[in-house]
Amino acid sequence: MELKDFIENFAAQFDDTDVSEIKAETVFKELDEWSSLIALSLIAMVDEEYDVTLKGEDIRTSNTVEDLFNVVKSKQ
Amino acid sequence: MAFLEFKNVRIAGIAAGVPKNVVSNYTLKQGEDISADYTPEAFVETTGVKERRCSETLTTSDLSFAAAEKLIAELGWDKKEIEALIFVSQTADYFLPATACILQNRLGLSKECYAEDVALGCSGWVYGLSNVASLVATGKIKKALLLAGDAKKRSKMKRDPLFGDAGTATAIEYVEDATGFNFHFGTNGSGYDAIITPDGGSRNQVSPDSFELKEYEGKMMHSLQTHMKGIDVFAFGITTAPKSIKKLAEHFEFDYQDYDYFVFHQANMKMNNQIVKKLKLEPEKVPSCMYQFGNTSSASIPLTIVSQLKGQFENQLTKFICCGFGVGLSWGTVAFDTQDVLIPEIVEVKDDEDNYGYKL
Repeated sequence: MELKDFIENFAAQFDDTDVSEIKAETVFKELDEWSSLIALSLIAMVDEEYDVTLKGEDIRTSNTVEDLFNVVKSKQ
Repeated sequence: MAFLEFKNVRIAGIAAGVPKNVVSNYTLKQGEDISADYTPEAFVETTGVKERRCSETLTTSDLSFAAAEKLIAELGWDKKEIEALIFVSQTADYFLPATACILQNRLGLSKECYAEDVALGCSGWVYGLSNVASLVATGKIKKALLLAGDAKKRSKMKRDPLFGDAGTATAIEYVEDATGFNFHFGTNGSGYDAIITPDGGSRNQVSPDSFELKEYEGKMMHSLQTHMKGIDVFAFGITTAPKSIKKLAEHFEFDYQDYDYFVFHQANMKMNNQIVKKLKLEPEKVPSCMYQFGNTSSASIPLTIVSQLKGQFENQLTKFICCGFGVGLSWGTVAFDTQDVLIPEIVEVKDDEDNYGYKL
């Protein structure tokens, strides 16, 4: 899996956030639009695109988009 | 592998009771009813729950009682012939006795009655159905009732806007050569704290501390309220429900796509949509009632059948797969056929109809 694609898929979960604002080093929980509802969309996307089930703990312990990418990659 | 099969038993009818009182979710208060993180509109968009039925007075047994009375009357069953009653709920009337005993008397059933409570939530209707089917399949008991639902909680609290109140009644009878039910069940107790009411049981007895408000996932809650790790429950639901249906189909060697309706526990819209997508189901085969009633725990499968399918399937042979999953963590899937099944109109119960109960 590619980091670039993951960032794109990640950004697609947001409605109001500018896509260019989301990069590998973005601390996603600091985005204005971030909420536990977005987290649900994210889990659904990861399940669908990567066949990986993220846990609440995975999201809690990840800071950047790249951290999350690495979690998904390690579970594949 | 927890598979079960019971023949010679069928569903004769299903009824549902809900409070008459409707509560809209568009007027939620952030930080109070829902997390301060998102708006009421975002909550409705994700969960699908626009409104729900809630009562300050009606218990699950009141709603189930109303559903059962209507169902028994419309079926024309003789109450003396009902020899088993199972009540599935996590909001029993009292810590003891079992609510099933109270309902045996309140419904005027014979004292020659097998009655018990089952303390399960979202998976509860499927579990209860297996219990009742196993009792009836031998033909010793010919008619039985499964009452399932959740409503008014054990302590006053701000209500979680995801959840609505409902009680249901499912009538099950012995019929020789009926095709019966095929089940798959599973449990993962390592997720016991994914949905939990921490205090009030014997592990953490009620104390003044139980009422102390603490922050939990962006909301202030006390320890007699039900705490849910939404993200973990979501991840559990979208993986476990599809697997359970696939396992059932594999074990009993059928193609699940041949079924007419898939009725899922109404968890939340996003979760259910994901399950439907993973199983590649045609959306018109998957009725949903969470828009109107919210997540109604063990009532959600029968309530969906009653509220969404009434008038569309009762008389012709119809193949159902129903799957409940959640608190426990616990899950169950059942496949069955129906024909000549009776579905009464939903019973709307007014708050002032609550006049039953014991006070010191």
